Amino acid sequence: MDILNALVAFANFVLIPATAYGAQLALGALGVTLIYGVLRFSNFAHGETMSFGAMVVVLVTALFQSWGISLGPLPTALLALPFGIAVTALLLLTTDRVVYKFYRKVKAAPVMLVIVSTGVMFVMNGVVRMVVGTEDRRFADGARFLVNARDFKAWSGLDEGLAIKTTQVITVVVALITVAALFWFLNKTRTGKSMRAFSDNEDLALLSGINPERVVTITWLLVAALATIAGALYGLDKSFKPFIYQQLLLPVFAAAIVGGIGNPLGAIAGGFVIAFSEVTLTYAFKKVITYLSPDSWSPDGLVQLLSTDYKFAVSFAILIIVLLFKPTGLFKGQSI
Amino acid sequence: MKKLLLASTAATLFSAAAFAEEVKVGVILGYTGPIESLTPDMAASAELAFKEISDSGMFLDGSTITPVRADSTCVDAAAASAAAERLITSDGIVAIMGADCSGVTGAVLSNVAVPNGVVMISPSATSPGLTTVEDNDLFFRTSPSDARQGAVLADVLEEKGITSVAVTYTNSDYGKGLSDAFAASYDGEITINTSHEDGKADYSAEIAALASAGGEMLVVLGYVDQGGKGIIQASADTGAFDMFLLGDGMYGDSLIADLGDVVEGSIGIVPWAEGAGTDAFNALGEAAGINVSSAYTRESYDAGALIALAMAKGGAATKEAVAANVLDVANAPGEPILPGELDKALKILSEGGDINYVGATNVELIGPGEAAGSYRYYTIKDGGFETVSIR
Repeated sequence: MDILNALVAFANFVLIPATAYGAQLALGALGVTLIYGVLRFSNFAHGETMSFGAMVVVLVTALFQSWGISLGPLPTALLALPFGIAVTALLLLTTDRVVYKFYRKVKAAPVMLVIVSTGVMFVMNGVVRMVVGTEDRRFADGARFLVNARDFKAWSGLDEGLAIKTTQVITVVVALITVAALFWFLNKTRTGKSMRAFSDNEDLALLSGINPERVVTITWLLVAALATIAGALYGLDKSFKPFIYQQLLLPVFAAAIVGGIGNPLGAIAGGFVIAFSEVTLTYAFKKVITYLSPDSWSPDGLVQLLSTDYKFAVSFAILIIVLLFKPTGLFKGQSI
Repeated sequence: MKKLLLASTAATLFSAAAFAEEVKVGVILGYTGPIESLTPDMAASAELAFKEISDSGMFLDGSTITPVRADSTCVDAAAASAAAERLITSDGIVAIMGADCSGVTGAVLSNVAVPNGVVMISPSATSPGLTTVEDNDLFFRTSPSDARQGAVLADVLEEKGITSVAVTYTNSDYGKGLSDAFAASYDGEITINTSHEDGKADYSAEIAALASAGGEMLVVLGYVDQGGKGIIQASADTGAFDMFLLGDGMYGDSLIADLGDVVEGSIGIVPWAEGAGTDAFNALGEAAGINVSSAYTRESYDAGALIALAMAKGGAATKEAVAANVLDVANAPGEPILPGELDKALKILSEGGDINYVGATNVELIGPGEAAGSYRYYTIKDGGFETVSIR
């Protein structure tokens, strides 16, 4: 019984939240990695792209709700996702034509593009705040819980409750579908193959007749989809606040680099590595240990490695360790 | 240069002369930030007092008071100090009604108010640290110190027979001061006493640590529009705690509107007052379209009224007059003054009499100039705040 209690407490506070968070990070990191692989620069505006996409989803969701459209137990935001992706794609393509295209033409150094993307980040940041304001918005509707803590306790007779939010399940399912679709696209379709060829060796790809502008356009479209889905899922699971996506930029980049930047598989692994390290290192294990060990052993302290205030420090530390000892990341990506 | 000097000297003399003028008073509150849902009603309450004074026509030979608003942001000390500096140097305010949150209040006081010799009367800065701060007798508050709130929170728990709690506070001067005060007066076990950052979307890691430490109840000493609400939401999502004890920063309509059933049965305290003065203010405020049940509206009205009455007592619309006379008009002896009777007070003062401003919160400034204060102990029942007792 005590072992079960310990397992449930661990699942409730570590396993489930970290899985959902990891899926959100992985989707964000995939976007970063695609841009790095094909366009060859670190896009610091990615956090704000997520924010923008989520904002459009929030607004369209509100519109649908006012029309009385809903998905029953599922959040209406899922219906609004395609619209969010479309508007974000439009924004990214416009940004590319207006800003990035020029720097591609003059063959600017990657570090210059990083600075340019920082500028784009500030502009997007301002646009989002102007459109939607800075306050907290909850746009999740439908059933809140798949498994409710109180019901679980009553059903299982355990001391510990287990809660699974609908949004957590949706996050993982949508992330799985998105990743599967992306990999199918990259590996099976002609366009996907041409993207990978362009990423591996630009000159050879150009010689074999691949149209570079087409590859760039498709990359931005994919990035728009990934960023909007990641942003909307994060907002759905937690709550939508325009400026939190900027804070998300660090773990997202850490995930991309840890996994091996430019490598989509690495981005996913990196997302989960970062999420699980953040959550487990800041979790207070007192309760779990108390259940598992004999009474006399139960700890006085919290058995917490790091205070929760240092959550972001964890991604920083992992980032630095990986860059020092394995600059190409866990999966073989490009070195920075 | 000489001409300019002459002109400015003349202007100073001119403005000091006693005839009808426009007196500016700063109203520095966090119109954006963690308590932005409370501040509009607070500002409106203070401005209600100014309007009452202006409309009476008896204030310093028919002078009027113009409130000048500035944003304290509640959390950004640099922004708040800059805003206060601007009000003093470019708008020429004679006193500050504000600021609201303890951290920015302390910053504005030491960076701007003390160097410029301007009085601040805060309606809501409650950190115990402000009691002992170096203020040259320029700082007053119409709300009680959190040292007292901590004691009342502990009393409420002991009365309910709760012997073990987890505490989370917002990482600010206010949160830290209140949690320390609470820990000092509570005899039961505090399993964990930890801070949370405002402005995050995800509090699952924080609630995981709190849940692991355990306790019968979670004491939330945060802000209602910020981390405090996030913590309660995260707790409800994971089933970590069912019952919450809420500090004064958590009192607000958005708490029930956003969290609904989750906070049903929870308890909390908030500075409150009852009696003839409170009723008089409620009637006045409702007539002016102010949500009088919102937190710190009464304290704001009293802060505004005290500033104006201190000027009237001193017979001049200057910062010195305010500084010298706040305690005088606030405390006995003298004729008791309730909200809506400010014209009567002005009349007495103009005849050289004494007043004892009672106001909406039974103002009695003790120690270095802070309210003794009383609290409303409430429980959340059927989607509303229900008073258990006033203590």
